[in-house]
Amino acid sequence: MNTLLWIIVALAVVAALGWAFRFAGQMVTGNKPYFRDMPYAVSFGFALGAALFVGGVWLYLQPPANEAGVPRASVVFWRWAVHFLIVAAIAAFIFRLLGRAVGTQASRKIFRQMPLTAAFGILVILIYGFAAVFAGLIAPYGQDQVFSAANVVPGGDPALGGNPDFPLGTDQIGRDILSRLIYGAQNTVGIAFATTLLAFVLGGSLGFLAATLRGWVDQLLSRAVDVLMAIPSLIFSLLLITVASAWVSGTGLTIAMIVIIAVIDATRVFRLARAVGMNIVVMDYIEAAKLRGEGLGYLIFKEILPNATAPLLAEFGLRFCFVFLTISALSFLGLGIQPPLADWGTMVKDLSAFINYAAFAPQIAASPLLAAGAIALLTVAVNFVVDWMLHRSSGLKE
Amino acid sequence: MSDRPTLVEMRGIKMEGRSDETWTPIIKGVDLTLQKGEVLGLIGESGAGKSTLGLAAMGFTRDGVRISEGSVTFDGIDLLAASAEQKRALLGKRIAYVAQSAAASFNPAHKLIDQHSEGPTQHNVMSKAESEADGMELYRKLRLPNPDEIGFRYPHQVSGGQLQRAMTAMAMSCRPDLIIFDEPTTALDVTTQIEVLASIRDIVEEYDTAAIYITHDLAVVAQMADRIKVLLKGDEVEENETREMLSNPKEQYTKSLWAVREFQRPQKPPVSTDATPVISVQGVTAAYGKIDVLHDVSFDIHAGRTVAVVGESGSGKSTTARCITGLLPPRIGHIELDGNTLPLDYRQRDKEQLRQVQMIYQMADTALNPRKKIGEIIGRPVEFYMGLKGREKRRRVEELLDQIELPAAQYFDRLPSELSGGQKQRIGIARALAAEPKFIICDEVTSALDQLVAEGILRLLADLQDELGLSYMFITHDLATVRSIADEVVVMKDGNVVEQGPKTDMFQPPHHPYTDLLLSSVPEMDPDWLSTLLAERGADNIGDAAVDKMA
Repeated sequence: MNTLLWIIVALAVVAALGWAFRFAGQMVTGNKPYFRDMPYAVSFGFALGAALFVGGVWLYLQPPANEAGVPRASVVFWRWAVHFLIVAAIAAFIFRLLGRAVGTQASRKIFRQMPLTAAFGILVILIYGFAAVFAGLIAPYGQDQVFSAANVVPGGDPALGGNPDFPLGTDQIGRDILSRLIYGAQNTVGIAFATTLLAFVLGGSLGFLAATLRGWVDQLLSRAVDVLMAIPSLIFSLLLITVASAWVSGTGLTIAMIVIIAVIDATRVFRLARAVGMNIVVMDYIEAAKLRGEGLGYLIFKEILPNATAPLLAEFGLRFCFVFLTISALSFLGLGIQPPLADWGTMVKDLSAFINYAAFAPQIAASPLLAAGAIALLTVAVNFVVDWMLHRSSGLKE
Repeated sequence: MSDRPTLVEMRGIKMEGRSDETWTPIIKGVDLTLQKGEVLGLIGESGAGKSTLGLAAMGFTRDGVRISEGSVTFDGIDLLAASAEQKRALLGKRIAYVAQSAAASFNPAHKLIDQHSEGPTQHNVMSKAESEADGMELYRKLRLPNPDEIGFRYPHQVSGGQLQRAMTAMAMSCRPDLIIFDEPTTALDVTTQIEVLASIRDIVEEYDTAAIYITHDLAVVAQMADRIKVLLKGDEVEENETREMLSNPKEQYTKSLWAVREFQRPQKPPVSTDATPVISVQGVTAAYGKIDVLHDVSFDIHAGRTVAVVGESGSGKSTTARCITGLLPPRIGHIELDGNTLPLDYRQRDKEQLRQVQMIYQMADTALNPRKKIGEIIGRPVEFYMGLKGREKRRRVEELLDQIELPAAQYFDRLPSELSGGQKQRIGIARALAAEPKFIICDEVTSALDQLVAEGILRLLADLQDELGLSYMFITHDLATVRSIADEVVVMKDGNVVEQGPKTDMFQPPHHPYTDLLLSSVPEMDPDWLSTLLAERGADNIGDAAVDKMA
């Protein structure tokens, strides 16, 4: 009851502030159209935003531990988040400045018009890509190397149970988490990328084929896709991987997983490619090409595909995230990438018990969150980039 | 007129549009004065800033456009300084707007009368019941069929011309002082257009409403406006009383606009009776699904001749073209090329047969692949049919670009989006020529273009015909185009050939009644044309009403 009352009072104060803000704006600027025609909802939004900002600053300035020396989890996590946000913004800003200064005329123009979020996304993707390709060179230890020091707390501070040799700590059997995160980029991201690519080759070409030929080919493919889509995808892939494990194991099972997830995801790509293709097929230039006597391959790859790249590329980004999360989820369930290969989903699962320490020992709780954070960061980054590409391809301005 | 009080006063209007992060001028300092009850015609080519200026007269700009300088006063109210609330009280009530495409402007989910009464009830002018009754009265005055009942239909249940009139009624619903008409008849057939024009003119006169009438069609504006203002690329060229302007244009640009319709080719001598036609359409009946849309259509097209196929939308002109190209195999009948029967389906035709029949499309935007460079678009048929590659192919493409009067070096590597409408249409022509065909189907190739540009395209096609001995089938609904380029004319209505023969016979009586109706519906530059026609035929014998009577 008390909390509810507080919320109502806070909202009332914000509402009053919003009104006062608009009124003050009208007075000070001599009734400029910006304040004169400002809807109340907008001024309320300004006030709410300001209130949230002040609240955030207040929380940041609170002491990180109480009198007894026990850390306050909310303050500690909030400070980490704020620090990360500031570092990320600065890094993205510098990256964008760099992109504007070097490179060709065209690439500089792209960077000039790029929002900060997209620059951040591209930067993160580049770092992940770098880590994935050069994992063997930059990782301090091997992914399956076991040390005697198990359960070292991240942070590298011996006073808190850390160890400078393992800056991000070690897991429950003593493997270096930093090294496993870097190798995880190679395994998880690499496999997700291969799977998404396969899904697009399959779904894209079949979708365009259905859109171009129509008739019974379209019916056959579309109904087959409907059947596949009718089954919940995670359960379906679990089922198929279990079936596949009867015949193959180890690397073979990983390949089976790639194919299974690719086929299931190809159904979504098929739908998109077919829908986009249908809109392109009715264009006069396709009719002109047909009347010229062009073959199917030319129609699909030379006339339709170039016009479908924008939506397909955007879908590629999103689909990549979904595949990536599916693989992590499967690994979490123990069916995905098999040990001793490092994988972020498995890492979250292995260390998940430490989450319970969050209330009084944020450092310890951080160890499973590192891998989870790596997954979340890549997902957010890819979505930033996809949003930006969609915005560009749709020709929206502001 | 000059003694009446001023309603709209625009002074030194400069407007800018945003593109690629910078503001570029669209209107470069235009004055506009409109008196109460006066109709001002704004004409110019696309991109001249007509619509932008028309919208600015109601103090409104589209997204990405701003008024950088100048003032707009409406009945003493400064519209640019007015608050959103003040404007809300004016728009819809005292200032109304009629858009080009009524079909796209009505909400498809609501009945016409509900959309009609929204304005009056919002502005507290009338109750909903009063407004509905008033709506029916307006529908009657605008000569809509079944005025008491038509309002209860949804937009898709009403034809285009009727929708446009329903929209005019909606604009009238609060009895505004000013209506802005933005190309209200451009999307309509001639016989429908004349009806809409007549009813708009009557109702504007009856309620003494001032109007700004935006159009690119001179003959239309001549019927509607008291004064005409000509715009060119954001600048005013000249302004004058309609009669004075028509009889005595002062500026060179205005004169060139007036002269556009004068291009006319001499009629070629008739071909000898035993000559084999290039294309012969023989007794073609075709159907979409189970419904026949063409009924026993036959005509011949001879070497070096142009046959114009005219008719309104839905008359089967384009369907005939689809039968000839083989996209829609006819149910009965066949097509002959040089006396040899063509396979009905284009998929069964060989490369040589496909090469001989080429097509140029109405919308150059959708006819050119936006992701391909000009060199690739024209180069593909060169490579595909002639087998030319590398340097030879490039030379041939440059030759073709030369033929369509575009400098090759400059255009070879451009994308279609970097070209103007007329240039795109020329690329479409070059692509057809690249196949070195005998016969080209031109499907409304000039109807999306401004008149000066369209004339250039027609001249180019005529020159190419003389040079290469091409045969054209020219699909159009514009009789002025027919007059300028055709040798023979085929008039179609509801999938039937109504009349066919040489052009000279066509434009002289006696006609088939439908041809007569079509011919008489084409607006002429004479400002008294509409009044005279209405006096001669009566309001019930024009437009769709007359077409219905014929059926």
